[in-house]
Amino acid sequence: MHGTLKRLAPQLIALATLIALVSVFYPGFLSVSLNDGRLVGPVVDVLKRSAPVALLAVGMTLVIATRGIDLSVGATMAICGAVAAYAVSAGYGLPVAMLLAIGAGLLAGLWNGCLVAIVGVQPFVATLILMTAGRGIAQLITEGRILTFTDPAFAFLGSGNLLGLPMPTWIWICVAVLTTLLMRRTALGLLIEAIGINRRASALAGVNAVVLLIAVYMAMGFCAALAGLVVTADIRGADANNAGLWLELDAILAVVIGGNSLLGGRFSIAASVIGALIIQTISIGIRLAGFPSEYNLLIKAVLVVVILVLQSPRFGTEWHYWRQQLQFKRLREGKIAK
Amino acid sequence: MLLSIRSLTKSFPGTKALDGVDFDLRSGEVHALLGENGAGKSTLIKCLTGAYQRNAGTIALDGAEIEPQSSGEAQELGIGTVYQEVNLLPNLTVAQNLLFGRELRRFGLIDSRAMRAAAQEMLGDYGLDINVDRDLGGYSVAIRQIVAIARAVALSGKVLILDEPTASLDAREVQMLFTVVRRLRDRGLGVIFVSHFLDQVFDLSDRVTVLRNGRHVVTTETAALTRMTLIEHMLGRTLQDEVLHNPPPDRGKREKMLEFSGFGRRAVVEPFDLVIGKGEVVGLAGLLGSGRTESAELLFGLRATQSGEARDQNGKLDLSGPRAAIAQGFGFAPEDRKLDGIVADLSIRENIILGLQARRGWMRPIPRAEQNRLADSYIKRLDIRTSGKEKRVGELSGGNQQKVVLARWLAMNPRFLILDEPTRGIDVGAHAEILHLVHELVEQGMSLLVISSELDELMAVSNRVIVLRDRCHVAELVGHEISGESIMRAIASTEEKVE
Amino acid sequence: MKFNKLLTSAAVLAISAGAAFAEGEVIGFSQIGSESGWRAAETTLTRNQAEERGYQLQFSDAQQRQENQIAALRSFIAQGVDAILIAPVVATGWDSVLQEAKEAEIPVVLLDRMVDSDPSLYLTAVGSNLVHEGEVAGKWLAEAVGDKPCRIVELQGTTGSSPAIDRKKGFEQGIAGHANLTIVQSQTGDFTRSLGKEVMESFLQSENGGKDICALYAHNDDMAVGAIQAIKEAGLKPGEDILIVSIDAVPDIFKAMADGEANATVELTPNMAGPAFDALEAFWANGTVPAKFIQTESKLYTQADNPAGEYEARKGLGY
Repeated sequence: MHGTLKRLAPQLIALATLIALVSVFYPGFLSVSLNDGRLVGPVVDVLKRSAPVALLAVGMTLVIATRGIDLSVGATMAICGAVAAYAVSAGYGLPVAMLLAIGAGLLAGLWNGCLVAIVGVQPFVATLILMTAGRGIAQLITEGRILTFTDPAFAFLGSGNLLGLPMPTWIWICVAVLTTLLMRRTALGLLIEAIGINRRASALAGVNAVVLLIAVYMAMGFCAALAGLVVTADIRGADANNAGLWLELDAILAVVIGGNSLLGGRFSIAASVIGALIIQTISIGIRLAGFPSEYNLLIKAVLVVVILVLQSPRFGTEWHYWRQQLQFKRLREGKIAK
Repeated sequence: MLLSIRSLTKSFPGTKALDGVDFDLRSGEVHALLGENGAGKSTLIKCLTGAYQRNAGTIALDGAEIEPQSSGEAQELGIGTVYQEVNLLPNLTVAQNLLFGRELRRFGLIDSRAMRAAAQEMLGDYGLDINVDRDLGGYSVAIRQIVAIARAVALSGKVLILDEPTASLDAREVQMLFTVVRRLRDRGLGVIFVSHFLDQVFDLSDRVTVLRNGRHVVTTETAALTRMTLIEHMLGRTLQDEVLHNPPPDRGKREKMLEFSGFGRRAVVEPFDLVIGKGEVVGLAGLLGSGRTESAELLFGLRATQSGEARDQNGKLDLSGPRAAIAQGFGFAPEDRKLDGIVADLSIRENIILGLQARRGWMRPIPRAEQNRLADSYIKRLDIRTSGKEKRVGELSGGNQQKVVLARWLAMNPRFLILDEPTRGIDVGAHAEILHLVHELVEQGMSLLVISSELDELMAVSNRVIVLRDRCHVAELVGHEISGESIMRAIASTEEKVE
Repeated sequence: MKFNKLLTSAAVLAISAGAAFAEGEVIGFSQIGSESGWRAAETTLTRNQAEERGYQLQFSDAQQRQENQIAALRSFIAQGVDAILIAPVVATGWDSVLQEAKEAEIPVVLLDRMVDSDPSLYLTAVGSNLVHEGEVAGKWLAEAVGDKPCRIVELQGTTGSSPAIDRKKGFEQGIAGHANLTIVQSQTGDFTRSLGKEVMESFLQSENGGKDICALYAHNDDMAVGAIQAIKEAGLKPGEDILIVSIDAVPDIFKAMADGEANATVELTPNMAGPAFDALEAFWANGTVPAKFIQTESKLYTQADNPAGEYEARKGLGY
């Protein structure tokens, strides 16, 4: 428990500082009120709007832990959203639509995983293929327009409420918690970290690296499918052109803000998810503070850079070093004084 | 006195890596720095090169106290270092590597002709005449090492630290390197030479300093030492001479356990037959590139065979890959520990249980208490020197890393374990321990295949020795036939045939 | 069964086409691609217009690539078509191929987008005036609100894109002189439905749960549709509590207007081909050279303009 808290400390501090900063520009940021049995407030918006990136970040954490990367998740979201919207408007009902969408996500993951683990294509290149082609596939399904639907059950996934909190929030929290339990209560986490650090040595020790890699990319596809369902349900329509556009980059950023190394190995899903919350807090904070749109990207970039610099190991050791030097100096001065 | 270190102390959480160590270096001497794993050799060097900041003590160079903060700063002060894994850029040319960071320019542009001339002149000093326009990566390790030395000397010029420079060199290359080092010594450089090859220490060094457990043990003229006294200093106990030079207890016939027939793969190893008895150690001898490691890889399923089959008393064995081989009770501790053995960022505990966990499957995690028990017992049994089982394996010394890899296999209790160069790059103490371990395992009934370039080692452990030459199993020596001479004759006789 | 029917009708069409088009002009049309619903509707309408007028349309989809468009134009020239329509994917690099068309005496009409070439190289360009669209929207809102004070929130298009800049500028011109109208919040929604919804949530948050907002101006209908959902989820009535005006006139906004959830939209017509063919016919008939830029009408639709009917009329166009 203590170790977990220590691991998450930089992310939690960054998030707290950020919230304090936003509160300066928009004092009501932390205020939450109950309205028709649902909680309302900027914080709730953050928890809701983080859903797509948080869901992607869960899967992306695992992919990056294997020293991989998945650029195709935005396109996979679009495909899964389109599949679900198509199925629902064809009258199949929500369960079938969800199963089809998740199936499509798993299939996309299987494709990526096979390219990476069996064919041996570099993950960056392998997933670039689906990133490019995927949106085209989604457009074929929606015929290039926004495929709208009216199914209330499906819409509930995006804008419904359960026990006061929005559905998307429940979805990403459940996925993050269950995935973390799956990783840490079984040996999966250790085996994934092992192949990420040294695939050759792990394979030689009997770890089934090929199957694990494919499974990890399929888990990513599963997360992307859920994210696609959430955004599609949210606007009651599948927008093949824009659903999940550039979200793969936000997901990677969330993982990096979460302090996970792009070189693979040790990972923390909780930290990545906090990374997603940080990104969303920045976006919503900028909007609430009312800065002109032109500055949004710049402010976002500056904040992200500051957070990453403060978290960098280099900065940590420098900080440690200077603190030590100060202590030495005080000690020496103390000695002289004696 | 060129370099003078007094009461150097460096602590890490939980351990004191250096405890009040003194060390002197004169101009024009080669000073060997010796010690077992974890004695403090690398910590001392890292304090000298600015990689670590000392906690107490003084370092004086030419009488002035120094406190380098980085290897760059140490270089400017006059201290250059060359490591075993040469820290140069293989995809730049030799000349670019030599002059990296201080390229010769004309009109602001890099003047390659001047650079070529300067580089050739630099290497000329070392009796090396090579094409400096070729990529460094295309040259042998020995040449890369000399290029690294040339660069370090050109940059620093007072103190040269050689950290295990000969670990990946053959005998001829070692002599080439030593010629260069002697020439530098005669020019007045102070050389610190870290090595675990005692012969080389006696061959090259003028003085020896031994460290043990972070403390200074002795500094003395090399000429005044015998091999046994030096080892005594290093171990703090007398090495049991019989470990290295006694024949294994029993070389009689054994119950047949595994039988490989016609194993082979084109352009890798010619098809061969191999029988492994229960509790038997089979040694594989041969020169580098003779197909020793490749034979082992075929047996473990790391490379697919094109012919042959394996059987035990129950019938045919499936060896289609490492997982299949492990399921048959095979194990393989590879030659390249860093690349194929350890998982550096995982802890000792996790590395030890990794194989066992992979075999159990991900759904049945080994309970933490059981993991701790396994890790503790193997740390104790193999005497792995560490501050704790949660330490990153990457932070351990080579010998301890090898022990962790062995522990991983032992935890899986294989019936047939392949050890590829189990003692390479390991200091004397660990060396002896690992050979002890081999005897112990055999007594428990495990069968081993040991690959080694050291004939002494093979003779000490093997019941049978198979000699390879040019990807061919050319001879099998049993019992009293095994001797250094017979093995060398087996390797050499076939050489004569080629003539 | 269905397939049979299709075959027969296709055959009938082919026969009738053969008869009607025997004297018909041949028009080459190089379309950018089908990246949006609006683009698809433009293609559909161009086909419909050509059919109505008895032209034979040679259609080429460039899939967002200029080299494909240039190849298509060269092939049209080689075939000796009577006129070329092109929606250019980029503004530069057209000089030589337009010169070739001019030498072959084939008139070229640009649709929807402009090129940087000399105007003498093409007959005319048909397009919309983005500033004017914004102005129409602004004027409608000023009139609808009257003298009451009104706090407006604005959903911009993609930051830095010319539709976002021009539609913002036009709207500000449209409400100029009405001091009671003020834009209090303006953020980008990237022209997408999901960001329109998300940004609207923030607007509602910072404007007292939306109670202080009197009107929303969105740079396109998609963002407005997203924002309408956000307003509904916040417990307000879009179209009543908050007036909604946007641009493009896509089918979904007519549906919203029919439900009383949106108030007005300004049409960016996908029927660029109509005015283009008009100009071409006049040119063929008596050599009338049209103006170099033909501005399409930016028609305003409100709830009074039979939105349900408009929805039915548009939904088959491929939006």
